[in-house]
Amino acid sequence: MSALGHGALYGAVLIAVMLSTVAVGIWFERKFAGRMQSRLGPTIVGPMGLLQPLADVVKLLQKEDIIPAGADRALFNLAPVLATIFSLGVAAVLPLSPHMIAADLDIGVVYMLAVGGLMVVPTFMAGWASNNKFALLGGMRAVAQSISYGVPLVLAVLVPVILSGSLSLAGIVRWQSEHHWFALWPVIPGLPAFALYFMAMLAEANRIPFDIPEAESELVAGVTTEYTGAKFTLFYLAEYVHTLVGSAIGAALFFGGWDGPFAPGLHWMVAKTLALFVVVYWVRWTLLRLRSDQLMELCWKWLTPIGVALVLIAAAWVQFAPQGAL
Amino acid sequence: MEMTEATLTMQSAKRGRVDPHRSMRAYDADADLMLLHFGPQHPSTHGVFRMDLHLDGEIIVKATPYVGYLHRAVEKLCERLTYVQQTPVVDKNDYVSPMTNEQALTMAFEKLLGVEVPRRARWMRTLFAELQRVASHLLWLGTFALDLGGALGGGSTLFLHCFRERELILDLFEEVTGARFHYNTHLIGGNRHDLPAGFAAKVHSALAIVESRIAEYEVLSLNNGIFQMRSRGVGVLDGELALELGVTGPNLRASGVDHDLRRDAPYGAYDELAVNVVTAQGGDCYARTQVRFGELRESIRLARAAIDGMPEGPICGHKPIRQPGQAKATSGQVYVGIETPRGELGTFVIGGGDTPTCPYRLKIRPPSLHALSALPYILPGATVSDAVAILGSLDPIMGEADR
Amino acid sequence: MQSAWLSALAFLVVSTLLGLGVLGAAKALRVRARKDSRIKHLTYECGEQPDGLAWMQFHARYYVVALFFVLFDVEAVFLFPWAVVLRELGAQAFIAAVSFVVVLMLGWFYVLRKEALQWQ
Repeated sequence: MSALGHGALYGAVLIAVMLSTVAVGIWFERKFAGRMQSRLGPTIVGPMGLLQPLADVVKLLQKEDIIPAGADRALFNLAPVLATIFSLGVAAVLPLSPHMIAADLDIGVVYMLAVGGLMVVPTFMAGWASNNKFALLGGMRAVAQSISYGVPLVLAVLVPVILSGSLSLAGIVRWQSEHHWFALWPVIPGLPAFALYFMAMLAEANRIPFDIPEAESELVAGVTTEYTGAKFTLFYLAEYVHTLVGSAIGAALFFGGWDGPFAPGLHWMVAKTLALFVVVYWVRWTLLRLRSDQLMELCWKWLTPIGVALVLIAAAWVQFAPQGAL
Repeated sequence: MEMTEATLTMQSAKRGRVDPHRSMRAYDADADLMLLHFGPQHPSTHGVFRMDLHLDGEIIVKATPYVGYLHRAVEKLCERLTYVQQTPVVDKNDYVSPMTNEQALTMAFEKLLGVEVPRRARWMRTLFAELQRVASHLLWLGTFALDLGGALGGGSTLFLHCFRERELILDLFEEVTGARFHYNTHLIGGNRHDLPAGFAAKVHSALAIVESRIAEYEVLSLNNGIFQMRSRGVGVLDGELALELGVTGPNLRASGVDHDLRRDAPYGAYDELAVNVVTAQGGDCYARTQVRFGELRESIRLARAAIDGMPEGPICGHKPIRQPGQAKATSGQVYVGIETPRGELGTFVIGGGDTPTCPYRLKIRPPSLHALSALPYILPGATVSDAVAILGSLDPIMGEADR
Repeated sequence: MQSAWLSALAFLVVSTLLGLGVLGAAKALRVRARKDSRIKHLTYECGEQPDGLAWMQFHARYYVVALFFVLFDVEAVFLFPWAVVLRELGAQAFIAAVSFVVVLMLGWFYVLRKEALQWQ
């Protein structure tokens, strides 16, 4: 199969799978949150409310498309499409199993960071193009947050790269399946690096406690305040996909991706991804939100130096650890 | 940053004392300010309240509150209704604490008309008021969490749990009055509904549940790192300024002023039940939370004492006042203030006028309005996120502030 | 490896198609309003008439952070190739990177003490 065909096929299949995962994920999150809050969650649409996400999508697509009179129409329309592309695009380098990778780039980690980092562009674009003050505040917050948390994210990702000596996600997973999962060994820097990655991932995906760009109790809906219908759907989708892909990459980098006994690799990868996805929900429905300045201080005063220290520890481990302990 | 007049103003604003208009002038010269209408249609303005925020980046330079979006002319309406018709009207004022609205109004009418209230009725009113305070503070805690954590996150979890406990209190009220919210149980000269059989046991079991859950919520909020980061040192209102502005209730006590009408001007059964007034130092959102948690405990204790010591006897005077003709005042003016969950709810009535069965003038002093008047002083220097937290921590109820 | 890049490109194209497809589907499904009104297209500002445009100078307060981000991102660019070959190059590469990072963190410490990382 040609490379283009390979990528397109994987893209189509993977995106379809991710979209259905997101749909079920939304249902699951609402049920999960409902149980946490001593209520039932969706029950009406379909058995156990399972068709609720479908109903939501149909409703959202039917909505009237309102572009505010003062908005920059071109940017306003472009932003949601870009958000979709960048959030889905990261999934191209996801190693689902030893032979299931849409694009096995030898610098997959860099690609992942680069495309994921671009998410800030549509977010700010939406905030600016809306010509809405709440959206502007949200967009400004998003820029500050994304560029700040990009640093701990990169540092956390560097740890598995150093430990495995590979920049390919598949290579890192292969190394882990031959040796050990980085979250388990070496415990330092592996486990703290995962914690750092997880926090940075929450911040990049605008999840509570770091969801200040959309902070609905302060900024109404932040950057998406003026968006309706399909365009809002795309933002909503992009946010979920961002979280899902972030969980998948966390599973690949720190929990050995497809590695696991008894079951095929794909099953393990999916199970680990979903486990992390659930933790994101769990955090979301438990914690309150930080303020933007506190968020920045947390990043620059604590997470960044910790990340640098972890990188150095990882390097020292590679240098000095006895061969058997690798 | 240079120490311009602007920064100095901002710093003094952070300390809680600033002339709101002066700070605006200091900024006009060199900054491009954003005027943001915050409300009335906003998720966290507790109904329809509007603040015009002048923002420098995310920092508030000047805040101008606007009230009146929920004005229903309640006072005027009361002047057109006879004395016996008015409790259902004021039920809707402070719609989180209807019981104390009725109590304030009825007590004012009783004082004006010179009607004695039997001891049992006074104790029942005290019991209701304390239960209502528990319900109201629980709702406040939930909405404050919503303001800090968002409707789509951890905040709503605490919110719904607080609602669950509040339901227990509303169930108790339903037992007595048949209504969950607009009770209409206060009559001039007594109460309309007596306590049903076995009510004491139900109160005790509900309060036991609420008390154990409150301990959990205290750990979840006051001991939570993010909660502390968001509330400590935010919205500092010093005691002196609070007194000047007429801020009362938990907001005043959180600024270290030891003032509580239940102890300082006892009414109902408070002359027989000693009230331990809860105060806190600091005057910030955290202190306001501490005070309300203390009051939750104290109200539970008082409610237990009230139901245990509930005297026997009639719940209403010898002849209940239900007909308009029974309540007439040709002259006189009275002011009665009671301690509601939000502070001093005052009712000022002038009797007489053309129709002796109606008040000539009725004025309600809502504690929420006075709490909101502190906003222009404590908001400058805070961020937009803080504005939501500060507004929430003051516990304003717009139905009451706008009347 | 060239082929992998082509695959990634194809993946991005499919993502784009999805984004456009959703917008297209919405266009087909959309319920149109019978009557249009000027107020409907007004910028949302809590139900009030907005005062002025949102396109204004905005005091971001974190331009220092932006510079800092560039600094650390460049650091990361240097560290990525180093991370891959660390095993082969051995102690010399380790010491070089450590001294590089230590100098960087000295700068970080200076900025921290200068309180440039305070948001306001």
